[in-house]
Amino acid sequence: MIFKRLILGVFLITGMLFNAADGSAAEKKAKVGFVYVGPIGDHGWSYQHNAGRLAIARTFSDKVKTTYVESVPYGADATRVITKLARSGHDLIFTTSFGYMNPTLKIAKRFPKVKFEHATGYKRSKNLATYSGRFYEGRHVVGLIAGKMTKSNILGYVASFPIPEVIRGINSTIIAARSVNPKIKIKVVWVSTWFDPGKEADAAKALIAQGADVILQHTDSPAPLQQAQKNKVWAVGQASDMVNFGPKAQLTAIIDDWNAYYINRTKAMLDGTWSSQDTWGGFKSGMVKMAPYNKAIPSDVVAMAEKAKDGIIAGTVHPFTGPIKDQSGKIVIPAGKMADDGMLLGMNFYVEGVDGTIPK
Amino acid sequence: MSELFVPVLLTIITASTPLVFAAAGEVVVEKSGVLNLGVEGMMIVGAVIAFAVGVKTESAALAIISGAAGGMLTAFIFGFLTLRLLANQVATGLALTIFGLGLSALIGHGFVGKTFSGLPKIGVPFLEQIPVLGPLLFVHDILVYLSVIAVFLITYVFNKTRLGLIIRAVGENHHAAHSIGYSIVWVRMGCILFGGSMAGLGGAYLSLAYTPLWVEGMTAGRGWIALALVVFASWRAWRAFFGAYLFGGITIIQLHAQGFGVDIASQFLSMLPYLATIVVLVLISNNSSRMMLNAPADLGKSFHASD
Amino acid sequence: MRLELRGQVSERMVYCSPVFAVIMTFLTGMLIFSFLGVNPTQAIITFFVEPVSSIDGVAELCVKATPLVLIAIGLSFCFRANIWNIGAEGQLTIGALAGGGLGLLFFNSSSQFLMPGMLIFGILGGMVWAGIPAFLKIKFGTNEILTSLMLTYIALLILSYLIHGPWKDPEGQNFPESRLFPEAGLLPIILDETRLHLGWIITLICVPVAWILMTYHLIGFQIRVMGMAPMASNFAGFRGKNIIWISFLISGGLAGLAGTIEVSGPIGQIIPVISPGYGFTAIIVAFLGRLHPIGCLLSGLLMALTYLGGDNAQIELNLPNAVTGVFQGMLLFFLLASDVLVRYRIQIIGYKNKHRNVE
Repeated sequence: MIFKRLILGVFLITGMLFNAADGSAAEKKAKVGFVYVGPIGDHGWSYQHNAGRLAIARTFSDKVKTTYVESVPYGADATRVITKLARSGHDLIFTTSFGYMNPTLKIAKRFPKVKFEHATGYKRSKNLATYSGRFYEGRHVVGLIAGKMTKSNILGYVASFPIPEVIRGINSTIIAARSVNPKIKIKVVWVSTWFDPGKEADAAKALIAQGADVILQHTDSPAPLQQAQKNKVWAVGQASDMVNFGPKAQLTAIIDDWNAYYINRTKAMLDGTWSSQDTWGGFKSGMVKMAPYNKAIPSDVVAMAEKAKDGIIAGTVHPFTGPIKDQSGKIVIPAGKMADDGMLLGMNFYVEGVDGTIPK
Repeated sequence: MSELFVPVLLTIITASTPLVFAAAGEVVVEKSGVLNLGVEGMMIVGAVIAFAVGVKTESAALAIISGAAGGMLTAFIFGFLTLRLLANQVATGLALTIFGLGLSALIGHGFVGKTFSGLPKIGVPFLEQIPVLGPLLFVHDILVYLSVIAVFLITYVFNKTRLGLIIRAVGENHHAAHSIGYSIVWVRMGCILFGGSMAGLGGAYLSLAYTPLWVEGMTAGRGWIALALVVFASWRAWRAFFGAYLFGGITIIQLHAQGFGVDIASQFLSMLPYLATIVVLVLISNNSSRMMLNAPADLGKSFHASD
Repeated sequence: MRLELRGQVSERMVYCSPVFAVIMTFLTGMLIFSFLGVNPTQAIITFFVEPVSSIDGVAELCVKATPLVLIAIGLSFCFRANIWNIGAEGQLTIGALAGGGLGLLFFNSSSQFLMPGMLIFGILGGMVWAGIPAFLKIKFGTNEILTSLMLTYIALLILSYLIHGPWKDPEGQNFPESRLFPEAGLLPIILDETRLHLGWIITLICVPVAWILMTYHLIGFQIRVMGMAPMASNFAGFRGKNIIWISFLISGGLAGLAGTIEVSGPIGQIIPVISPGYGFTAIIVAFLGRLHPIGCLLSGLLMALTYLGGDNAQIELNLPNAVTGVFQGMLLFFLLASDVLVRYRIQIIGYKNKHRNVE
């Protein structure tokens, strides 16, 4: 009992000291908070968002204080952490994974003065904006390159979960690849995880053994790229430039670059011009970037890839331009038409050329 | 056929080796009557230390040794708490996993994004020339050979040596073993440290050979599977070895089946290894007398001389 | 240094040893924090005081502790009987699916029976999942550590299948989340402006009920006898089989209840990750609580506090999540180690003394 009282006393005294110190040193810095689903050391999704946070910290070093909480599970914990950020005086909070959608919406209602931004979701409110990247644009460029580089005409795709985001990427890749080489097939292996280097590597190996000579991935670790390097086939990096994991194998990488967006939104918050909106940025806004192309890619292929990229930026090229057939041969996007964002966001069918069916 | 056959089997060997290390080590630990559920924690500490040393020194040998040492040091915490201070083994093991995952992330902070050249493949002279079998069985990195050797040694020690007898005696009935004059604490500590170094090697294999990189949480639950394999193997190292290969095999084959376009929900495919384990376990344990002979009677119980 | 068995459990140490452990953690924690360049006192305050320095903080503590305490109480029954159910995570998941599934089935219901129905389905779901290892153990003698662990993986994959397939929200743009439960399927909030829900009251009711069951009821007596001397239970005339069934069903039922409370309380829908490992953490909670319902309540709260403190340390001090893990692990090590003081007396003895003892 005496112990307990002693500890309590110590706490009270030190607590008072600190509160006093806090009060005197109060300087007005805006606070921007981030919630990550993975560890910042995942070298993938959360790593790139954290790079964006660091970019804010560099740009507004005297005006903004950034904080983050990593590895926050979906569900009850997410709500707690986001609420905590809102309560502790954050002005702008980025919740960077799909599973945070409903918690963020709920909390945004409770804290109308705090501004929220949720990545990859579709629910918005007055103080809740959404944002995501048009990574399928990058996959279009990758598909063109892969279509030219493959000798076996088989592309291997290490996929995580059958959600529209992933299916859209697979379709975008195969449509582009078949536009330069109609014989191409794509084999998809679902690993049911975003992050398990071992399993991702095994999936890549399985695909390579089945004849795939370009490995694409929609999972987070550099392991598939490493396997490609080891087995002397091509691969494409995911989320960040992974070239030092497979300098020979990496054709290019689709980079999630949140820096510009985060800096813009922080600036808007500081200026008082922030408003809720939906941003789906691609090449044009710089949210999606291509890593430097591998030297081994012939210059005409690079030129073609760059042309497609410029076309996408200019609006003359759309990765989902009809006629596009689904696996059964039925036309889903008629000739001359392009898929609208609604169709892209809810995409849950494979187009022609994908081997196998979407897991139900 | 062998064009596909050999790479599939090679993949299975890589997928199984970390499990073999961790499971075979845990067999020894549990045979001595200790249940250490912290395999995942020891593995990941082994993985990060091996990788860090590998990157810093560029020496595969040093990296492997430090991986084993890392696992061993983590295991020492467990040993000290459960043997010296008689803490509950199940809870301490779980705490060790939490601790190990955190510690590895702290150590590995500066190593995300670094690369390591991987372990060199060593061919066994002459044997590697045999068609099909040569590249399949006799061209591997040192750790794959080591995993097989370790399983042989453990089996040998338990079946043929006095040391094996002592460990089993300690695990079966620590009071009896104590009254004959064996030091329960030291025998068990030895086994725990051995198990830790094996788990560390399993982790090292992940970060040095399987996927030569460091990312947080890269063991992704393999320590838990190793624990399951031990029971599955009814506490025999060679059965744990086959169990690991069976498990690795099913995992890899379901990935291949998908590549061939087999139409089945991936979740059900992923379930197969676990279902198979339960089924096989039920089949084995049906022969209950044999099961009883292998399960260490004093598994998980703390020992104190005056109890 | 030597340990000597106490004649009986030291009453004083039962209460003192946790305090001792917490002090030790503070001291080593402070060392680590100053090593990491953080003001150690501030770090400790951030970890342990600030999270609960407001009503909301206390409410959050209870929300986080609810599943841990419920599961730990159930596991205490198993562990006391020497039955190693380590699959509570799976039982929680199936419970959440059973209870939550009912909520999804009647997604536009406003019946007041929906909520109780969900809770009952949750309990039943957990019981079914816990019944499998119980059945296999009784029928085939299959080791329950392994089966319950394997069933956890299977349960998580079933969740993954349902949420990526049939239970996906039809208006959810194909994202792996279910519909939101109707208002009638949500646990009511019992403290305005917080997330504190009825589940906490249910937990508080479970504590004394479990205590009575364990201490005064015949079942509790049988479980304890079975744990201490399995042979004796046969002599005493009751069958081990029944005890296996009962303890598995109690722990599975409570884990299933915890799962339903999670989805219908703080979450409000079924999502791909219902529990961040409560079923495993609760094993530690059960042991820290000395397999006693009240102990489980206290240790569950302490455990929950370390999570809240971890969030806080990241937000306030920019400490990485990894530090939380190390710190949590350390606290557990000390708590587990200090248990020794309850049952044993530490004697510092000189060489001579020791020598005489050996002879």
